[in-house]
Amino acid sequence: MTIIDIRTEITGNIWKIEAKPGDRLDEGDAIMILESMKMEIPVSAPEPGTLREILFEEGATVTEGTVVARLEA
Amino acid sequence: MRRLLVANRGEIARRVIRSARKLGIETVAIHSQADAGLAHVAEADFALEIGPAPARESYLDMDRVLAAASRSGADAVHPGYGFLSENAEFAARVAAAGLTWIGPAPETIRAMGDKARARTLAQAAGVPVVPGSQVVGAGSDLAGEAARVGFPLLVKAAAGGGGIGMRRVDGPEQLEQVVAATQSMAGKAFGDGSVFLERFVPKARHVEIQVFGFGEAGAIHLYERDCSLQRRFQKVIEESPAPLLPAETRARMAAAAVALCRHTGYRGAGTVEFIVDAESFEFFFLEMNTRIQVEHPVTEMVTGLDLVEMQLRLARGDLVPMAQEQVTVRGHAIECRLYAEMPERNFLPSPGPLTRFRPPAEAEGLRIDSGYREGDAVTPHYDPMIAKLIVHGRDRAEACDRAAAALVGFEIEGLRSNRGFLIACLSNPDFRRGDIYTGFIDDKRAGLLEPA
Repeated sequence: MTIIDIRTEITGNIWKIEAKPGDRLDEGDAIMILESMKMEIPVSAPEPGTLREILFEEGATVTEGTVVARLEA
Repeated sequence: MRRLLVANRGEIARRVIRSARKLGIETVAIHSQADAGLAHVAEADFALEIGPAPARESYLDMDRVLAAASRSGADAVHPGYGFLSENAEFAARVAAAGLTWIGPAPETIRAMGDKARARTLAQAAGVPVVPGSQVVGAGSDLAGEAARVGFPLLVKAAAGGGGIGMRRVDGPEQLEQVVAATQSMAGKAFGDGSVFLERFVPKARHVEIQVFGFGEAGAIHLYERDCSLQRRFQKVIEESPAPLLPAETRARMAAAAVALCRHTGYRGAGTVEFIVDAESFEFFFLEMNTRIQVEHPVTEMVTGLDLVEMQLRLARGDLVPMAQEQVTVRGHAIECRLYAEMPERNFLPSPGPLTRFRPPAEAEGLRIDSGYREGDAVTPHYDPMIAKLIVHGRDRAEACDRAAAALVGFEIEGLRSNRGFLIACLSNPDFRRGDIYTGFIDDKRAGLLEPA
């Protein structure tokens, strides 16, 4: 059992959080949606697992490479 | 008109302030909390903060913008582009507040903003639209409809959208089978099996005509801009004249655009966008934008006219309607849009601080329009455009060379930009030949990303 750090690909604002701790996610399921420069970019589960933690709230600004969630795979 | 509120931000706000000042009009800037330090705020005679960073709580919030206009004592509003510029309700509310709206009448904005109505207006003015059929079914003369629309065509689900429920047909022999298959697929996917036919342009160019309407006193065109180089449906490089466009096509497009303006009694600056078949040069109406365009400097460079000044003077009532013969084109102009983005990662946005931002010095034939200065941050809240670099040359080759040289000398640090990608586009042999089309960047992306 491993814990995976989920990082953002881009700098942006967290527009919507789509999952909550305890959720079973498939690979590609959206955890949250970032909004940056008029684009919406999802942050998705890189592999199937259970979402353990979400480290930010909606509206927060995150920079590229920030760990925003943890997934137990 | 004594005091103008500019309902926008960044480079276009600065651009409007420049022309207003030339005419002796005072300017009012508005800004969100995120934009307090930007140049347009410092340059205006007055500045008001109107809300938090998100555009819907600031630049897109009509109540707040109108309150700022009232509080500042402005008697006119220029909307720039984007944000509220094509919002008919906003235009009407500006007028209802007793202020001068810099733009066409709200009814014109509303009509052109509705795709179906705009298409009907274009047809009524004799402007060619993309050939299409009504819903085709069991009783239709399928072969006849297809012949009228022309091949290649798309069979489209009436309930579809966004590329879903569409199939291409290249000739009459596949038609019946594809229509049946699309009907069945649409029935399952959308619960509605109706389909229609629409002409497909496999290799298309985006060419638009800049127009200026004087209302009752007629309209003129300021020739075309080719905006075929796009990524994610956003323009990257624009130029005028359009390369390799036959003179006769250009003249017919311009006449069609002017006819549409006359038909609607258009007032002010506008752009009639066309899709042009890159092989046959057939052209079809796409839409009309009822505002100043991002790429308007290209037209200003080749015609020597100041479009924003014309907008302001028309609204002020001291613009003498021009005759078409007064507009002439000299040389070639190209605009490159510098974006904060990562071309190598599918053009994902890359906001960040401009720790170093040194545009090349402006010179004859070189213009830089930017809302940012060194030390500013390009935030995730708004669009990724950092600057527009516009160059003029005696011909296209000279304009391309000058644009590339100016980009090489453009120092940007602190965020990722498409500067290198733009240089690669300008140096690409197909681009240099004028073989441009809307799929250019997608088709050639790998080659354009290689280090020069």
